[in-house]
Amino acid sequence: MSLTRTDVEGIAHLARLEITEPELAIYVASLSKILTFVEQLNAADTAAVEPMAHPLEGEVQRLRPDAVTERDQHDKYQANAPQVAAGLYVVPKVIE
Amino acid sequence: MTLHTRSVAELAAGLAAKEFSAVELTQHYLARIEAANPALNAFVTITPERALADARKADAARAAGRAGPLTGVPLAHKDIFCTDGIRTSCGSRMLDNFIAPYDATVVERLQAAGTVLLGKTNMDEFAMGSSNETSYYGAVKNPWNLRKVPGGSSGGSAAAVAARLAPVATGTDTGGSIRQPAALVGITGIKPTYGRVSRYGMVAFASSLDQAGILAPSAEDCALLLGAMAGFDPRDSTSVDRPVPDYAAELRLPLKGVRLGLLKEFLERGLEAATGALVQAAIARLQSLGATLVDVSCPSLPLSVPAYYVVAPAECSSNLSRFDGIRFGHRCKEPRDLLDLYRRSRGEGFGAEVKRRIMTGTYVLSAGYYDAYYLKAQKVRSLISAEFKQAFTQADVLVGPTAPTPAFDIGAKVDDPITMYLNDIYTIGANLAGLPAMSVPCGFVDGLPVGLQLIGPHFAESRILAAAHAYQCATDFHRRLPASGT
Repeated sequence: MSLTRTDVEGIAHLARLEITEPELAIYVASLSKILTFVEQLNAADTAAVEPMAHPLEGEVQRLRPDAVTERDQHDKYQANAPQVAAGLYVVPKVIE
Repeated sequence: MTLHTRSVAELAAGLAAKEFSAVELTQHYLARIEAANPALNAFVTITPERALADARKADAARAAGRAGPLTGVPLAHKDIFCTDGIRTSCGSRMLDNFIAPYDATVVERLQAAGTVLLGKTNMDEFAMGSSNETSYYGAVKNPWNLRKVPGGSSGGSAAAVAARLAPVATGTDTGGSIRQPAALVGITGIKPTYGRVSRYGMVAFASSLDQAGILAPSAEDCALLLGAMAGFDPRDSTSVDRPVPDYAAELRLPLKGVRLGLLKEFLERGLEAATGALVQAAIARLQSLGATLVDVSCPSLPLSVPAYYVVAPAECSSNLSRFDGIRFGHRCKEPRDLLDLYRRSRGEGFGAEVKRRIMTGTYVLSAGYYDAYYLKAQKVRSLISAEFKQAFTQADVLVGPTAPTPAFDIGAKVDDPITMYLNDIYTIGANLAGLPAMSVPCGFVDGLPVGLQLIGPHFAESRILAAAHAYQCATDFHRRLPASGT
């Protein structure tokens, strides 16, 4: 599988990653190589195989009662935020 | 006997006998870190005040008759575990300013056991790497040879324990990140069964593969620490509700009659001859101690690396979408609009390998490609898992190498991701199938350590720990130290 510059720009956009011009060339080459490498998987006959849903056979993810288990600590959590005002996260203007 | 050349079990015995206090022991390790860390770069954060406070608490608990088996034992946490009030960087610029607002379950449990926190160890960025060269804080050096890598991603924990800057350290293993560095620095490491140890507060990389474990001087030490870490946690939805055995007591399980399975595929693929010879000698040693040997095969195992490099990046691209520059972590300067904020914050905050994996994952999950890549990889994962299950009808423990070669030069593989990824060729299978696995030191090639890998069926930690312990009772490879560790 060989990717083009346009492909990689598209992937970077979907992933919300800014990629510089020198990085772009590196990723075109290395992502193409990785996708070619993983094409080995096509050699496996998986026609009768179910995709793995959980590493432990028979385990399913638990549900819990829909009850509040956390206490309000927003001051502590927001201490890590780049920008807050009046307990709210501040972002650039979204709606004109 | 010098304090730091002792194992965790020996240090715990010394503390219990009041041969030395937790404060004295902690001061000893803090001095060692101060002296050796500039050359090794194993720690990214050292917490001397916290360590001494923990040690005083441990001494007080002992004086009051409330000491447990690990009370006063110093340790280091991989910087992927959240530590309340202490920076948790995950080796990334993205989290360089992140002060965790809570403790991971692993941190909480080991603290409740009375351990002393020395600091946080360096790692490949977001645990993505096999050489510890992707860290924002620079490469970690292998204590046996400073020009070599210590392995990754838990390279800081591995180097810290190998050089005895800490008696023991936590790690995480998504594709080999405990076992491969343990092998490359000559220590013992265990990745438990998926779901055995809580992932709560452990920064997520690939949620269906990630598991926390221990890097330590011996299997006995791994058993002691794992017993304190493991167990059900309602805060991790994949944590398994199942009693935790007394791993330390079960170290005495006899090796006599244990069926070792030699995986054919492990000996065919890129295994360096000298490394292979040491692994074969270690297996012969286990046989001389009473184990029997059968040949087993998992024919799909060679596909484990390609399956992993679909599944792990896919899950990483999803998990790392939380780093948006808004709620925590790095934010770019003067964003033009929201899209610019996302793109530049993430472009600046993540390093090259993390971006590569996010993009690989984004691609394999994108519309039109999901079935061809992700679904196919999850099917191959089912195949591999079924083959392991079959192998465990013939053998109790699978044995083989941990890594194809001893430690390589810093810089040797950074430009070629595929070559780097193939370092994990023997370790990834256990992650794909959720199996417990260990690496145990079994010799040296040109002064560099080599590891023997032991893989068990689900929840058979006691079985592999006991086999490793029997081997270590009969050998002294795990007791050899690099010059910096003596």
